[in-house]
Amino acid sequence: MTEATQTGQLMEVPKGVSLWQDAATRLRKNKLAMFGLVFLIFIILLCLITPWIAPYGYEEQNLRLGATSPSAAHWLGTDIFGRDMLTRILYGGRVSLFVGFIATAVALVIGVTYGAIAGYAGGRTDSIMMRFVDILYAMPFMIFIVLLMVVFGRNILLLFLAIGAVEWLTMARIVRGQIQNLKHQEFVEAAVSIGLSSFAIVWKHLIPNALGPVIVYTTLTIPSVMLLEAFLSFLGLGIQPPSSSWGLLISNGVESMEEYPWLLIFPGLALTLTLFALNFLGDGLRDALDPRSSGD
Amino acid sequence: MKSLLEVDNLAVHFHTRNGLVKAVDGISFKVEAGETTAIIGESGSGKSVACYSLLGLIPKPPGKIESGSALFDGKDLLKLSERELRKVRGKGISIIFQDPMTSLNPFLKVGTQLIEPLQLHFGMGKKEAWAKATSVLEEVGIKNADKRMDSWPFEFSGGMRQRVVIAMALITEPKIIIADEPTTALDVTVQAQILKLLKDLQEKRQIGVLFISHDLSVVADIADDIVVMKDGKFVEQGSRDDIFERPQHDYTKKLLNAVPTAQKPPSESSAKPLLVVNHLCTQFSSNTPGEIIKAVQDVSFTIERNEVVGLVGESGSGKSTLGRSIMRLVRPHSGSVLFDGREMTEIEGKNLKDMRRRMQMIFQDPYASLNPRMSVYDTLAEPILLHKIANKKGLDKEVFRLMDSVGLARESVLRYPHEFSGGQRQRIAIGRAISTKPEFIVADEPVSALDVTIQAQILDLLLDLVSEFDLTMLFISHDLGVVRYLADRILVMNEGQLVESGTTDAVLNNPQQLYTQTLLQAIPGKSLVQNSQELS
Amino acid sequence: MWRFIGWRFAQSIPVILAVITITFFLVRLAPGGPFSSEKAVSPQVQAALEAQYNLDQSMPQQYISYLADLARGDFGPSFKFPGRSVNELIFSGLPITAELGFYAMLVAVFIGGLAGVIASLKPNTMQDYGPMGLAMVGICMPSFLLGPLLVLVFGIWLDWLPVSGWGSSSGDKILPSITLGAMYAGYIARLSRSGMLEVMSQDYLRTARAKGLPEYLVITKHALRGGLLPVITYLGPAFAGLLSGSFVVETVFQIPGLGRFYVQAAFNRDYTMILGTTTFLATLIIFFNLLSDVLAAWLNPRLRYQFKKKT
Repeated sequence: MTEATQTGQLMEVPKGVSLWQDAATRLRKNKLAMFGLVFLIFIILLCLITPWIAPYGYEEQNLRLGATSPSAAHWLGTDIFGRDMLTRILYGGRVSLFVGFIATAVALVIGVTYGAIAGYAGGRTDSIMMRFVDILYAMPFMIFIVLLMVVFGRNILLLFLAIGAVEWLTMARIVRGQIQNLKHQEFVEAAVSIGLSSFAIVWKHLIPNALGPVIVYTTLTIPSVMLLEAFLSFLGLGIQPPSSSWGLLISNGVESMEEYPWLLIFPGLALTLTLFALNFLGDGLRDALDPRSSGD
Repeated sequence: MKSLLEVDNLAVHFHTRNGLVKAVDGISFKVEAGETTAIIGESGSGKSVACYSLLGLIPKPPGKIESGSALFDGKDLLKLSERELRKVRGKGISIIFQDPMTSLNPFLKVGTQLIEPLQLHFGMGKKEAWAKATSVLEEVGIKNADKRMDSWPFEFSGGMRQRVVIAMALITEPKIIIADEPTTALDVTVQAQILKLLKDLQEKRQIGVLFISHDLSVVADIADDIVVMKDGKFVEQGSRDDIFERPQHDYTKKLLNAVPTAQKPPSESSAKPLLVVNHLCTQFSSNTPGEIIKAVQDVSFTIERNEVVGLVGESGSGKSTLGRSIMRLVRPHSGSVLFDGREMTEIEGKNLKDMRRRMQMIFQDPYASLNPRMSVYDTLAEPILLHKIANKKGLDKEVFRLMDSVGLARESVLRYPHEFSGGQRQRIAIGRAISTKPEFIVADEPVSALDVTIQAQILDLLLDLVSEFDLTMLFISHDLGVVRYLADRILVMNEGQLVESGTTDAVLNNPQQLYTQTLLQAIPGKSLVQNSQELS
Repeated sequence: MWRFIGWRFAQSIPVILAVITITFFLVRLAPGGPFSSEKAVSPQVQAALEAQYNLDQSMPQQYISYLADLARGDFGPSFKFPGRSVNELIFSGLPITAELGFYAMLVAVFIGGLAGVIASLKPNTMQDYGPMGLAMVGICMPSFLLGPLLVLVFGIWLDWLPVSGWGSSSGDKILPSITLGAMYAGYIARLSRSGMLEVMSQDYLRTARAKGLPEYLVITKHALRGGLLPVITYLGPAFAGLLSGSFVVETVFQIPGLGRFYVQAAFNRDYTMILGTTTFLATLIIFFNLLSDVLAAWLNPRLRYQFKKKT
């Protein structure tokens, strides 16, 4: 494309529709996925600019006020220390989303590299590498993460590493399967037979075609990572006060849910809606990028 | 005598999101007892939809039967309720599907699947049904039938599975069998056996057969009556002889002409070998550890400059692996490949890249051989830039020149593969293969995935390019008709070995080896070839 | 088949061993000894305690003796509950967790499976969107949120069901089972829907219809087996998820099961208890993974046949 658009002669020729554009069109038609995308962008933007827009300070207590239900001054009410819930949810969202994106990025980098190497190398290297993944798969990781948190204290960096270490396995399998599959496609053989270098084959022919499932799986990994973080925080093994995350807010909310149900419901809603949005977007991307559905 | 089935003015439309598709638009035909009515047409002609809609087997919605009648046994099938139709399905009319590998349930034993129609339609007990099924299985030529009843579908080969499917269709002694491309997925020798079996059973039981096919040569051998369809529309109908000898409609004539029956006139060879293959062996380790598949075993031959050599064999014969070994897409285990005097099996790096420029490959499946994320321009420009055939300035001109050579419209240069039809895609792939100005091309079944009229165009394109660019070609195919059309010499492969080689004329008219003779015997449509030879 | 089971079994032994080893050394690496919270213990008492728990030996020695104890099925004494062994604690919690897990699995498989199959019969209609929307709620609503919400609505506001306990008042098992099973019901619903849709597009279903089979037979006899195979494979991972989910659910509903013990042990730095429960739970999870693999292989005639032929 880049070369083609430079020259004058090609300017008059009608443009084709690439598979990516095709997928984008399909995604745009998927209402749920688009809702997910818009909602997600909205939440991410809100969390990014939280320090400038939050109506109150994050630690700003008002003990005299105590817990109040939603009002004009505090849209989502206040907690037992009189702290503004909207502010706390926004700050909590920063942490939850941050963990979600960073841990997924860790999983993505490890998983794609590992899977691509195994898939492209094939043969013995591949079977040894994948056997290792199989063994790790059999490990009860949830229990290990709890253990790690207990043993090494509740360290956010460790949390990334631990969650990333679990989630990269599936990514590696997906990428490896994709590469294995593509390697035997005739267009890759054709690239070999015109004399292209291995690097060019991987870069121009394999990666663009393996990207779809990776994007989909990445989108679906973020919610599962966020769930994991919330789960640990709820048990008191994840994020520690004074920092906050949605899981921690929910955990606090549970303690006083009889008297002040909004302290549970609003952070719960924030987490659930974000997970919804991510899952819908992931499903939509899968439908849009799946080559099987592009036939009709 | 009254016809078994009389279909009149059948129309089936699909109401899809992208608009109305008239899949079948006013088709009429009859099926007589003991005779075969064939419906022929290319892919997308609506021939399968027409037959399935008779039994209510099309998805509704989006499908809808718009008009017509189908009289069977005094009833109009199109007006029957689902419950009444179920009594016809599998009892009065049975279906044999195209792909025997997918049409049997992999989770149920063959016997369980066979007795199902008996239990359902005749309320037969399991024991009685099992005994009957065993005898039918024997009738379709499956040995040890009582043991095989207990087998799983995957324990059968493709041809054997199709026999099981036929047994399943026959078991209720239906009056009509709809056979939907029943041999398309099979090798040519197996195809011959299955066709013969169908014919024998039909005569014995006086069954009416509705035979759906895209393959004129198969139809020529078995049909009594032929209906030609195109884009859902009725083209013409007539007896076998009418259609083949006195076709009325242009489309029918086009179809008939597309069947490659002519033989390439022998060309004088330059006697300068371009490719010398000596004792070539290629093997793979199979999925079962320790086991080795010898795909190519000790194969030797030479190809002269400007020669087109056909390499023929059935699936699994190793012909494709041989082509890939020559191209160095797989590494041969031993032996040598001399291209223009240079050993191909050893070279690496820059030397290999130079040799790759001089020899190119065209692949079978034009849907898989093009990178779906690259436009035609990028696909063609990649090898041109890589081998510096043209510089950046002359690149556009060179790409357009290639598109002209392979008959693609210049306007479509920025389009992506999924925006083209199968035939156009194969043109793109051919364009890529000739873009490096190669001397030698390996063409691996380049037309077997294409409709017959498109196939003829691509074959002619290949022949034109061979003479225009002085190409030498190894043409791999399972289809002897196609090979005869463009090859000067023929090599025959079976189970990894070269069994026979010689000029096209010698191999086809005077085969020395038993395997070649069997292969030739099995080719459908011999009557066609004889006719055309008499004419010419 | 037996060969397959044996092979898979042999494969899981090194995994279990690795789990034990990693856990053992991780726990020993932890900063802060088990008695550090108790103030001012005299050196003699400290030494006596350490001797009692083998802490005076070198690390490898401790490891070896721990393995030897494990081989005899002895998880050792608890650090924090003097006089009680880890075995006792595990086996007092196990029946409760097992029962909870069983009910949750029932919820997951039956409700989830049914919802998935129903949705797959009429894709892209209300019959599909309804169950699948609910499945999405199940997946996106974590148990630690769903549990409290259910308690709030059915326990406190409506006062229909007890808010905590296990087996002490009637109906107190309902909310925990639903809470624990909901997410897996969601996953299973999605899995069985896509599995069924995949099978429904297969040619052999067309063959079944062409025989004249009524639709209910086409589905029950020809489609279900292949369509639900992915669910069987998922049961192993689902079981692992249920176990770790029980940490939360048992905490929320104050159920004295294994999960709650584990979380308490984690907070108390009860070394032998952590070690013991981790080993035990890990072995259980690995065993159930094995079981679901074997089940899936057994239901797939092709795999079954391959292994039969080899033996």
